Amino acid sequence: MVAQDAHAHAAPQGFIRKYVFSLDHKVIGLQYYFLALAAVFVGMFLSLLMRIHLIWPTAILPLIGHIQPETYLSLLTMHGTIMVFFVLTTAPQSGFGNYFLPIQIGAPDMAFPVLNMLSFWTTFVAFVVMLAAFFVTGGAPLHGWTGYAPLSALPSAGPGEQLGADLWITSIAIFCIASLMGALNFITTTLDLRAKGMTMMRMPLTCWSWFITAILGLLAFGVLLSAGILLLLDRNLGTSFYVPLVVVNGQIMGHKGGSPLLWQHLFWFFGHPEVYIAILPGMGVASQLVSTFSRKPIFGYKAMAYALMSIGILGFMVWGHHMFMSGMSPFSAFSFSLMTMAIGVPSAIKTFNWLGTIHGGRVRFQTPMLFAIGFVSLFVSGGLSGPFLAQPVLDIPLHDTAFVVGHFHLIMGVAAIFGMFAGTYYWFPKMFGRLMNERWGRVHFFFTLIGTYCIFMPMHYLGMAGQPRRYSQFTELAYLHNLIPLNKFITYAAFVTIGAQLIFVINLFWSLKKGAKASDNPWEATTLEWITATPPPHDNFGGRTPVVNHGPYEYSVPGAPRDYIMQTDPVTVSTH
Amino acid sequence: MATLSPTITINDPKTGHGGGVVHPPVTGGGDDGRGGNGSPDYGQRLRRARLGLLVALAPIIMLFVSFTSAYIVRQGLPTLDERTGTYVRDWIQVNLPTALLLVNTLLLMVSSITMELSRRKITREVALAPVKSIPGVSVEEGRGFPWLGSTVVLGVGFLIGQWMAWRELAARGFFLATSPSSSFVYLLTGAHAIHLAGGVLALLYAGVISLTNKPVEVRRIVVDITAWYWHFMALLWIYIFALLEFAR
Amino acid sequence: MGLALLAIIWLITFVSSYFFAAKTWWLPHGASASAHWIDHQFALTYLLMGIVFVAAQGALGLFVWQYRDRGVAARKSDYSHGNIKLELLWTVLTAVLFVGLNLMGSPIWAAERFAPAKPGSIPVEVTGMQFAWYFRYAGADGKFGATDPKLMDPSAGSEAAIGLDTSDAAAKDDVVTGTMYLPVNREVDLTLRAVDVIHSFFLPSMRFKQDAVPGLAIHMHFTPTEVGDYEIACAELCGLGHYKMHGMLKVVSQADFDSWLTAREAEKQ
Repeated sequence: MVAQDAHAHAAPQGFIRKYVFSLDHKVIGLQYYFLALAAVFVGMFLSLLMRIHLIWPTAILPLIGHIQPETYLSLLTMHGTIMVFFVLTTAPQSGFGNYFLPIQIGAPDMAFPVLNMLSFWTTFVAFVVMLAAFFVTGGAPLHGWTGYAPLSALPSAGPGEQLGADLWITSIAIFCIASLMGALNFITTTLDLRAKGMTMMRMPLTCWSWFITAILGLLAFGVLLSAGILLLLDRNLGTSFYVPLVVVNGQIMGHKGGSPLLWQHLFWFFGHPEVYIAILPGMGVASQLVSTFSRKPIFGYKAMAYALMSIGILGFMVWGHHMFMSGMSPFSAFSFSLMTMAIGVPSAIKTFNWLGTIHGGRVRFQTPMLFAIGFVSLFVSGGLSGPFLAQPVLDIPLHDTAFVVGHFHLIMGVAAIFGMFAGTYYWFPKMFGRLMNERWGRVHFFFTLIGTYCIFMPMHYLGMAGQPRRYSQFTELAYLHNLIPLNKFITYAAFVTIGAQLIFVINLFWSLKKGAKASDNPWEATTLEWITATPPPHDNFGGRTPVVNHGPYEYSVPGAPRDYIMQTDPVTVSTH
Repeated sequence: MATLSPTITINDPKTGHGGGVVHPPVTGGGDDGRGGNGSPDYGQRLRRARLGLLVALAPIIMLFVSFTSAYIVRQGLPTLDERTGTYVRDWIQVNLPTALLLVNTLLLMVSSITMELSRRKITREVALAPVKSIPGVSVEEGRGFPWLGSTVVLGVGFLIGQWMAWRELAARGFFLATSPSSSFVYLLTGAHAIHLAGGVLALLYAGVISLTNKPVEVRRIVVDITAWYWHFMALLWIYIFALLEFAR
Repeated sequence: MGLALLAIIWLITFVSSYFFAAKTWWLPHGASASAHWIDHQFALTYLLMGIVFVAAQGALGLFVWQYRDRGVAARKSDYSHGNIKLELLWTVLTAVLFVGLNLMGSPIWAAERFAPAKPGSIPVEVTGMQFAWYFRYAGADGKFGATDPKLMDPSAGSEAAIGLDTSDAAAKDDVVTGTMYLPVNREVDLTLRAVDVIHSFFLPSMRFKQDAVPGLAIHMHFTPTEVGDYEIACAELCGLGHYKMHGMLKVVSQADFDSWLTAREAEKQ
């Protein structure tokens, strides 16, 4: 863990040191990003199979055969787990954050490069272990990404709950360790490696979001690890942390006195901060892009930073809103619901501020901005279904229905992904020296925006009509029959939307080699990554140390020669 | 179908350079741990490593906070009696081998002292290192007491003592799955032992690199960080012991 | 492009709002005493959130078009870092809206959940297991008899499924069925149990949902107000049969309920 002089020597030679066990935060960031890209395709494929099964439950698919009800649940479990951990917790934070946090604060690397390298490879191992669950006897677990005990604690409770479930828990435990290592690096780097003049209040909001996300992870993943340890003990060594006396299929299990609610408390104490971990970096990117492409300082920088902090703090006080129906005390439910309504306030502030930034600006519509605008729209849509679920009395009809699925997909499954797309199109020229194709970026944007709304908005209607979640088919309950046409519509929308992602992938890989060459600062942005060479050299700033004189969003300053002032520009006009 | 053409039109393509003025190197920036003369700034690296350790202690604390809260809640939680449909208390107090655990605690406390003495010794060595390089100056360098090695011995002794405590618990009929209370005893002491073993490995690493020619400043950072971690583990043990003893 | 964005955002907003307003797919008809209050709170929330939704999306679409970059001749952007007064204003308004909504719904929650069932309510025990619901009526003695996990055998009928211990005197008159019958306009005092994993007892028409948790006996109550047949769904993932773990609630007149129960008790002899 001793800080290395990674950059002090010449850049590493040899394929292994340069691309495999690299200590360079930029390479590590890309490794995380491409891991997440692979994971998102696995996750999307699983969701495609799910949507096909829901509409055609008896279909025989090529290579896969007939999807059994338990297989559907395994697909669902792995879809959620892979997306939440290996995509949403990986790309926005460990991918872009690793690449750009050091550069944006003027540092030559992360605080602990060796730890950084280890954190990536540990994440990779976690991913391999997770995928292994598909291939063992019994297959992947069927208990949902939330893994409620006793279902997840009893190997006989369902197919996939034997070795597959143990692998799932082990993978998550390994992931916890990897995330904690990463969080340590991000926090130390932000606190200790900022260049001269880069005060906390001059950091870009992306850096704020990565910093606070890291703090959330630091405090939350230890609790998930503890939950997983107790679950492994219950499953394998006969303890009864989570499992009371239960009878499965007429057989009395050897447990006694455990509390299923304990799992829920521990899991959601982690789980709620986790969803903020998934969205905060996207908010940082949105702020960055909305300001840059409106040629206007972010509206209320301090409020944005404080809002991120408030969301972070409050995020630890609301976990019980996942448990209103769980048998938890109704008095606790009341206090959790008040805190949950409170956390809507800083989120609203951020939305108002994004709107306030665009207002009075001169908006440029390059692809990164399209996705940033899409982010704001999706965040509004997904966020506003929150106040329904936050009220326990309204949670009664809505809990565990498709309404919840629509809510969290709009925020995590779309808005956060839009944040990743926006970041990709925005930073691609800096990472690779070429621009992604603008026309195909637009096509990708419109198909994805409309497509994802078509998939997830209808889920709110389905939920209100009473469609429960995690049902492998809708053939049994009479009142679900007339909801099948809308489900069909969702499936068709999913086909189109998933297909449209191929445009993005093709654009990405094609542009790596054939994209239009980019200058060092094609977007005319102000933050430190845009003063480096393209791509940045091994130590980011070519042996020189930047000195910061301005805040991060000095656009359209009266009296300035051009409509943007880089953070390192000398002070010639007054800014405030 | 349109082809992906390499020429695109963007509203404001700027082909100029980055535009920012990059200043000549400034010494003492909070970045690469190098001083102005190019040699590594070990003082800064030590500070950074200590900051890293402080941050790293937070999740360890959260792990034990989770275990503690599960323990306290479980203690007070009545269990549903299937037959009558009423709730009954089922918490059995564990017969802890207190004397043995007190001995282990003493070992750990002493090891904290030896750890601290080792840390101070190497701190002095680092302070004297520049002096030693002055020609004509010699520093009396006794071998000194092997504080680091003693810490390893005491630490391993603690771990062996914990193992013996587990054997004693088993002899008294308290295994991992015997009762919720016994499960927590094994859980808390086991998690602590794993973390302490990590500290022992760090000490062994420090011992090994003292045989190489890595600069003393590098070794000092390893020993310093391990020492603070070790003290934290000792405090954590006192907390766990007190919890199990007094909150039975 | 600004115009295209405005059009798309406004179109999405309009279409989404249309289907909400038209109630094309909506909460099922409410048939319990609390449905009216829950639906009222739902409508209020949905109206207020709907206004915010339309306003925010509308503003987003409008602004990206209105403030599009019109080229070199256009005015410069405002150089502004924000407006504290405006920040405070919309922060306070948002807080009042969200917290206010929550406090308005709280009395309903309190009425549903803080207080136990009223005296005179009919006690029914609901037991969930992979993958069926069983309902137990206490019989003439008004007491639920003992159950024993060792006697549980789902393949041997309803009484064996819940492990009814017929050697217990109080259990002799317990009636266990796979269909739930309730008399209309009378509060039911439910005790929710689960045998293996967590299930959730969900009656959409009654606006009722509660998890059934192994190791807990959870008391809840509601009052059906309309005669009819109502489907019961399981609303917590419980294994491969989760999608087909359904039941039926039949709400009948008190007289019909009494004769049904009498017939079940007679069958036990």
